[in-house]
Order: sequence, then C-alpha cells, then structure tokens
Amino acid sequence: MNEPSPGIVLIEDDPQIRRFLVAALEVHGYQVHEAPTAAEGLRLVAARQPDLVILDLGLPDLGGLEVIRRLREWYARPILVLSARTREQDKVAALDLGADDYLTKPFGIDELLARLRVALRHLAGRQTGDAGGRIEAGNLVIDAAARRVTKGGTDVHLTPREYQLLLALASQRGRVLTHRQLLREVWGPAHVESTHYLRIYMRALRAKIEEDPARPRWLLTEIGVGYRFADPE
Amino acid sequence: MAAERPDARPDPDALLARVEREARAAARGRLKIFFGASAGVGKSYAMLEAARKMAAQGVDVVVGYVELHGRPDTESLLEGLEALPPRRLPHRDIELLEFDLDAALARHPALLLVDELAHTNHPGARHPKRWQDVVELLDAGIDVFTTMNVQHVESLNDVVAQITGVRIRETVPDSVFEAADEVELIDLPPDDLIARLHEGKVYVPDKARDALRAFFRKGNLIALRQLALRATADRVDAALRAYRASHAIAGTWAAAERVLVCVGPDALSEQLVRRARRLAHALHGEWLAAYVETPHLQRLPQAARDRVLRTLKLAESLGAQTANLSGDHVAEELLDLARQRNVSKIIVGKPARARWRDRLRPSLVDAIIRGSGDIDVLVVTSEPGAPVAPTVRLPKRSSRRSAYLKSLAMVLLATAVCAVLFRVLGSTNLAMIYLLAVVWVAARVGRGPSVLAAVLSVALFDFLFVPPYFSFAVSDTQYLLTFSVMLTVSLVVSDLAAQGRRRAAVARHRERRMRELNALSSELAGERLRERLVEILDRHVRGAVDGDVAVLLPDEHGRLQDPGLFCTRGRTPTPGQQNWFPVPGNDLGIAQWAYDHRRSAGLGTDTLASADAVYIPLKALQRCMGVLALRPREPRQLQVPEQMHLLDTMVNQAAIAIERVELAIAARNASVEVESERLRNAMLSAISHDFRTPLATIIGAATTLLSNAPGGIDEAHRRTLLGSLLDEAERLHRLTGNLLDLSRFDHGKPQLNKEWLAIDELVGATLAHLAGTLGPRDIRVEMAADLPLFPGDETLIGQLLANLLENASKHTPAGTPLEIAAHAEDDWLHVAVRDRGPGLPAGDANRLFEKFQRGRPEEAQSGFGLGLSIAQAIVQAHGGRIEARNRDGGGAEFAFVLPLKRAERPTHE
Repeated sequence: MNEPSPGIVLIEDDPQIRRFLVAALEVHGYQVHEAPTAAEGLRLVAARQPDLVILDLGLPDLGGLEVIRRLREWYARPILVLSARTREQDKVAALDLGADDYLTKPFGIDELLARLRVALRHLAGRQTGDAGGRIEAGNLVIDAAARRVTKGGTDVHLTPREYQLLLALASQRGRVLTHRQLLREVWGPAHVESTHYLRIYMRALRAKIEEDPARPRWLLTEIGVGYRFADPE
Repeated sequence: MAAERPDARPDPDALLARVEREARAAARGRLKIFFGASAGVGKSYAMLEAARKMAAQGVDVVVGYVELHGRPDTESLLEGLEALPPRRLPHRDIELLEFDLDAALARHPALLLVDELAHTNHPGARHPKRWQDVVELLDAGIDVFTTMNVQHVESLNDVVAQITGVRIRETVPDSVFEAADEVELIDLPPDDLIARLHEGKVYVPDKARDALRAFFRKGNLIALRQLALRATADRVDAALRAYRASHAIAGTWAAAERVLVCVGPDALSEQLVRRARRLAHALHGEWLAAYVETPHLQRLPQAARDRVLRTLKLAESLGAQTANLSGDHVAEELLDLARQRNVSKIIVGKPARARWRDRLRPSLVDAIIRGSGDIDVLVVTSEPGAPVAPTVRLPKRSSRRSAYLKSLAMVLLATAVCAVLFRVLGSTNLAMIYLLAVVWVAARVGRGPSVLAAVLSVALFDFLFVPPYFSFAVSDTQYLLTFSVMLTVSLVVSDLAAQGRRRAAVARHRERRMRELNALSSELAGERLRERLVEILDRHVRGAVDGDVAVLLPDEHGRLQDPGLFCTRGRTPTPGQQNWFPVPGNDLGIAQWAYDHRRSAGLGTDTLASADAVYIPLKALQRCMGVLALRPREPRQLQVPEQMHLLDTMVNQAAIAIERVELAIAARNASVEVESERLRNAMLSAISHDFRTPLATIIGAATTLLSNAPGGIDEAHRRTLLGSLLDEAERLHRLTGNLLDLSRFDHGKPQLNKEWLAIDELVGATLAHLAGTLGPRDIRVEMAADLPLFPGDETLIGQLLANLLENASKHTPAGTPLEIAAHAEDDWLHVAVRDRGPGLPAGDANRLFEKFQRGRPEEAQSGFGLGLSIAQAIVQAHGGRIEARNRDGGGAEFAFVLPLKRAERPTHE
C-alpha cells in the first residue's frame, strides 16, 4: 500500500472500548488518534485533520450532539457515531445534524469496517466527482444521466417521486438516511414530518425493483432511523 | 372466708375487663370529685387546697373555672395558681362568663380544676353541660378536679326533690359520677353548715336568708347528708367488688339481675325510670326501658308521644338499654321482651283508674302479673298529685265524614233492597239484609260508622218492615234481640277488622324497614368502590329520613374533606337533586369532632346541639371511616329512637362495608408487594443463572486462548473458541436488552413515539436483522395485499416482531419452518407468528406472557422468558391484544391484533 493510511480520530470515553477499537483499527491499516473527552477530541480533530471521526454520543463533558454541531461548523469529512441502546432518539438527531452513519453498541468489527469503507468511499467520490452517475446493484441499473432504471435489462417505470427517492438513497449507497433527510430531499422542507409518504412510496418502490418485496435485498429499513440502499459488498 | 385462695384463679373475663380498664385509665385523665351534701360545705375550698398541695409537689396545675360566690377565704387560695381566663360569650346585651374548653385543651395541663360539675353551659358553648366538657378533658388525658352536690346525681334527683321540695334542673348522669376515679366526701355537720351560713360564709349575705329558708332547713340538710354518705358508700362498695373480682376473692355472687321498666305516655313514667335505675344499681344489675306502641297509643297527640321519647332518652342517659316495641297487647310484648332478655324484675306503674274499669277489663298490671311466671313484678303507685296524662280523644280524621256517609248509603241501599224483597221474604230475613250492610260497614269503614249503621238499620227496619208499619212501636219483644245482635255484631266485626288493619299496617311498616335494610346491605355487599358505597348510603338515608345528606370522608391525615369538594370529584350533583349540602366551615369542625371522638354530634345530641344538622360517625370495627351529615327537614324525626336506630344500623353497615373495601385494597396492595417481591427474587436468580452461564464460557474460552498450551492451539480450535466467545457475548447482549426493555415497561405505560407504520416493511426489516439468529429455516411471509398503515412506535413494534420470532426460533428445533402473516380485518391489524415446533406446554397459555415464565422448565434454552412479557406489554401499550395457542397439525401460534385507527381504543383490562 503506497497510499497514506487513512487517519481517524476516535472520541470515546470508555478505555476498554478505546483499547479494543484502536487495536482493531490499527490491525486493519488505519492510523488512530484517541481522545477520551469531547474537548480533547475537538482539539485533536483540528490539529490532525483526520479523514474520519468516530464519535461516541455519550461523552461526560459535552454531549455528542453538541460535538457534531461544533465539528460541522468547520469539518466536512465523515463522522461515524457510536450509540448505546438507550439513546435511540440521539442517534437520529446525530444523523440529522450531519453525522454520516451510526453503529449501536455492541457491534462487530466487520460492521464497523464496512461503515468506514462506505464513508471513506463517499468522501473520495465527493473529492473526485462521481463517475458517470451510473449505479448498479445486482441486475438493477440506475442511469442517473438518462433518468432511467432497468431491472434485468427491462425498463422499470417509476413516478418522478419514486425515482427521486430511489436516487436519493442509491446515490448515498450504503449510508443510512433519516426520514427527515429523505423527506426534505424528495418532498421539500415543509414535509419533514410526513413519514407516511415514505412508507407508501417505499412499498411501491420495493414492489417495482425488489425480487421479493417482503424481504428486500436493496431498499433496507433501519428501524426507528430511516432507510439505506444496500452496499454491494 | 375472704382469704385469698392460691388455687382460685381470677375469672379471665373479669381480669381482661380490669386490664382494659386500667389501660384506658392510663390514657385517660383521672377524675376526682369533691362531693358534698349541699352548697356551702367547703368543696371548692377543699379542692383548691388539694390543688395547692399538688402544685407544691411540682404538678402542672391550672385553674379552669372556679365559682367564688364572693368567698374571701376561697379567693385567697387561688393566689399563686395559674388560672385560665374565662371565655366571654356575648348574650343579648351582657357578656356571660364561661369555662373555656378549647383554651384548656390547648393549654393541656396535667391537672385542671373545674368547679361545679353540674353546671349548665350558656348557649354557644360546645356542650350543653359542663360534665361533657369534663369528659372531653379526661378523654384528652387531662386530670380533672371538680365539685358536685348530692342533689345533682341524676338518679337521686327525685329523692332530693321529695325531701326539699325543690326540683334541681342541673343534673349529672350517674355514669359520670360512678366513673370518677376518686370521690372525696366533704362532710360538714348540718349545725356547722347553718352556723357558717349565718356567718355569711356561704352565700353573699343578702342572698343567704332566702336560700336558708328555701333549702337549708336542718331537716333537709340531715337527709341530704345521709344521701351523700350513702352515695359515697355505694361507690366504695363498687370499688370493693371490683377489687374482689380481680383478686379472686370468693364471695357471694348474685346472678346478674336485669330490671325491665315499662314506659308509658304518662308523667309517672319518668319517676318509674328513675326508680328502676336505683333498683338496678342497688342490685348491681343491668336495666332496660321499654315502650310498647299500640295502635291506641299511635293515636296520641304529638305532645304525649314526645314525652315518651323524652322518657326513653332519660332512661338511656341513665344507662338503660331502650326498646321501642309495637304490638296490640302491651303485656304480651313486654313479657316476650322480658323472657328474651332474661329479665328478673319488671317494674310497672299503677295508674289511678276507677275500680269499675278494673272489674270490666283487667288492667295492664294484672295482665303482666298473670303472665309473669317466675319474673318478679314491682308495681309502683303514682306520686300523689302527679299529673296523669289526660285521656286523649282521637284526632278527627278528614275521611271521617265520608265514612259516615258511606255507612248511611249502605243502610239506605239495604232499605231499598228490603223494599223490593218485602213481599217475598219474611221479616227475619229482611233483618239479615240489614245485618249484611252492618257487617260490611264494620269490616270496611270502621267502628263508629258501623254503630251508626246498626242503630239506623234497627230503626229503619222497625219503622218500615215491622208491624205496625211506619211506627217505632214494637209489637213483638223479639225485635229487641235483633237490635242487640246487630249492635254486637257491628262492634265485634269492626274491632276485629280494625285490629287486622292495624296489624297489617305494623307488619307493613316493619317489613318496609327490613326491606330497606336488606336492600342496603345487599347493595353494599356487591360494591367494591368507596365512592359507590358512600353513594348507596347517601341514597338509603335519604330514603329513610326526609332531609339533606352529605357524607364526609377523611383524607389520609384524618382531616374530613369538604363534601362540596367530594361532590365535584366523586359525583356530580344534578340541579334537581339536592342530595348534599355545603357544610359550613364551622360545622365541618363539628363533623371533625364527631370523627375524632367517634361520637355523634350536632342536632339532637349532647354535643353542639344548636347545629342544624346531626353528624354521625361511620364507626367500623377498627376505626372511623367518615361522618354522615344529615340535616332533617323536620328535626323531631331524629328524636324517634327507632328512627335513630335505623340510621345507626345503616351507618354501621356502610361503615363496615367501607372498611371491608379498604381492607381489601390494603390486602391487595400487600399481595402486590408480595408478588413483586417474588418477582424480584425470581429475577435475581434468573439473572445470576442466565448471566453466569455465558460468562463461564467467555472466561473459559478467553483463558484457554491466552494460556501457553505446550503445542500451541491449532487454528481450528482457536476459531471454535473464538466463535463461542462471540456467541456467548451476543447472548449476554440480548439478555441485557430484554432487561432494559423490561425496566422501561415496569414503570407504567411507556412513552409511545407514534407514527404511521407499514407492517410488511417492519417484518422484512426484522427478518433481515435476525437473519443470524434464525439460521437456515424456511420462513414464509404472508402479507395481505394493500395492508393499511397503522399507528405505532416503530422501534417497539420492531422489538415486538423480533421477540416473537426469537421466541419461535428458540423453542423450535433448528431448521423447522416458520410463518409470519398479516392481514387487516375491520379496524384491526392481525399479525401471527407460527411455528411447527413442540407446541405450547400444557396449562394456561396466557401464563406464558408472565414474567420469568418459561414454556418448559427443563429446557436448556436461556433468556429469562422475558421476551413474551415484553411483547405483551408492547401490544397492550398500543391498545391491542396478544394470544398464544396451539396450531392444528402441531406447533404454536402467537397472534396479536393492533388497532388501525389513530384514536386509541380503550384497553381491555
């Protein structure tokens, strides 16, 4: 590997979790800087300008949400949040504030690595400009330039809204998008509370592009959070 | 013979009574009475002297009230003692000075001096009598010194009146005198007293002469002194008996005597009652006073009936049990009662009446003596000159005139019939037609009209149908017989009919009472809510007494609640239905007093009788449950003892019912506590077991991996150990997740974050989430087309589906198929998770949803069995239902329904 290893700042107060994460991430070729508090974390991010921040939401000195708000004022790269089960509302709030993805503790390292790869790929895509606007998922092809969706070679007829919804998810492939984010993007800021639109449109969309809509392969539901277009991995 | 025998054990009941008395006495204040034969013997002086001695010993002595009568030597004794300022009661233009009970209670000294126990309080005081103030002081635990004279003892009132010719209105019930812990007789020989009187040491000089003439005759004083000595001696005797009984000293023991006195509407009755009291007391027995209300007595004017009630009240205040009977025959009813109650002596008055009447009809006294058997009968003659109740005429009834007209019409009808049949029938049979008319009138209309009918019939019959016609001359003397037969028949029949009617009326009256009480008790028995019980009592009391009713209930601090508040909270009074009345703040105080002292107060009672309502405490077995406030439209209603007994019975029944309900609630709370204690224990043991198992594996695997095995650990084994580490860690994760959910649901309903959800989407997401847990299984998903959205908390519904699926996979062999199906029907969303496993365990399927239940205890599968109870909590929080059942063809089905509309349906609890 000639590329410099990606730098990560890990803001986490629990020493055991820090120990395990640092070990696991370094094994997989990341360069990790750890911070046990929000203040230390913010200082470290400013100093190191890492490619990605892993942030625990339950920090003792400053709320995780506040850290995201401050980071987002000057830091544009991915933020991955770690949350405990009791903080389900915080998770959604963190995503709405601009975090890129989340993981609920406890999690397996594979899951974390997958999320990291997705986030870093999007970062790379954002930096280099997306190639062609063509998204493939199995036999499903979304041609953004032609505004065309085919499944196994045959055209899938989507309404403009269905297409917008599909594109919103597919273009952020592998990333979770909250209900609010999707509603704002597809229906506009006035409809961020109208989750029932999403339910209806997702059902229709799945019926059109999924092989088995009852057990979808691509359009995944993140219960209590939002939707995710499955990563091909 | 009075030697104490070591083997003779005291009667346990008597001993218990003594212990109770001593316990009560310990809490109560002690009462000492300085007792004298008359005014001027130096009671107040002796009392103050004794008080000074106590004060010198360091006792907290306060002078509550002392009448000085301007006696300087008495006044000098007051110096140095703390005295309460008297209460000033405004009365017309002047101010009356009165003992201040509330100030005394607030000051709460160890010993309080209150002079003149027999004093009648001025209007506006709490109690009408001072002795009632003293009883309250004693109840509050304050020792009291007081004074009284022999003429103030209630039962000696007559005797004193006979001796002195002056009737004393101010009396003290014997029970108070007898309950005194100590009575000190202040004795002064009559000559000395008269000398003191002459020296002006008794009353202020200008009053002294009048008083002397009227009362302080030497003969009087000797007699009074004798009475006082005897009363004191009686008390000593009683104390000795109590001592003997408690120390098992054998002695003659008379069988308990019971005296029954018959009360009538005459003035003699009051004397009878007093005499009975004295007799019963002398015999150390109980006594009863009974009044038999016959139909004749029912027709007495109100004044006479009131006197009966007063007499009964007097008897009650003298310690008698009273009975109000009704029946036709006074003697029979009385003797029945006497036998029922094991009465040994009956006291009856012998009213003055003419001798011929005794001959004609045996008097009550004769009837009682004849039927008395082994009961002694004491006949007491009336005091000469005592007014005997005037014979009372029947009050005119409005229907009287129409009754006579009816009788006239019947006779005319009979005459008409006779006129028609005159040619056909003989005159004897015509008389029969008249007789028929007379009998009808007698039976249906009454005695007077029937006599009129008889006379008219005879006259008309004689005039029209007996030769010589159209003349009253009677040719044949046999018609005199016809006349007398008709008259006799009319009298006998009318009497019989009237008796029957009266009996029926009495029976109806009793039956109504019984029905009322039965209805009340059965209604009360079926009720579980305090508010409903109160409502029932309220309704029944209003049915029995015409007036306003309110029930005041205490809050948790024992303060009674304003019924107005209660009404707005408990029930809404409708405009037309004034079933409650606002109890003014002042009266709320009376109610509180009744509640605290567990005694009735207000109208018609001894306490604060000037109130316009009576406050009856709801006394249950253990404590007082509240107070019934009753403002009768006709205050006299409350004087009828029967009415008060009925009220008391109702109130008691309600009180016991309320207590029963409260005890049931307490018992339920206790059992809930026991249940949660049991649950806590079950949880702790489940936690320790279910946590320890995976932890054992984790620690074991981790130490193996870290250990320096001689040949190293080969790759295959390493992976196995790592795999079990991961599996067990995940198991712990699930357990903690369940415990977390449980704690969330244990604190009542969880906060639902409701949005519109699609069940098919949630099922898909949950299946994807659980892919690892479920393993390679055939999972059929049957979602009906066009499933409507439903309102719910997305996270919780996801949790619900996950718990049911996990439960299914945990309790079925790996690889067996699962089904999950959903459809909408009516306003409900139906979802079912089905398996082909071993099915539900035998027994109540719904027990599966209880916490810490596992389908099969022997199963090795762990997991607290919390999953299903969490699932049930989630379904219930959404207003749905969940059930478990066995499937046809084997396996189990867990099915739940959720409401489809946003409006929450009432939960089925």
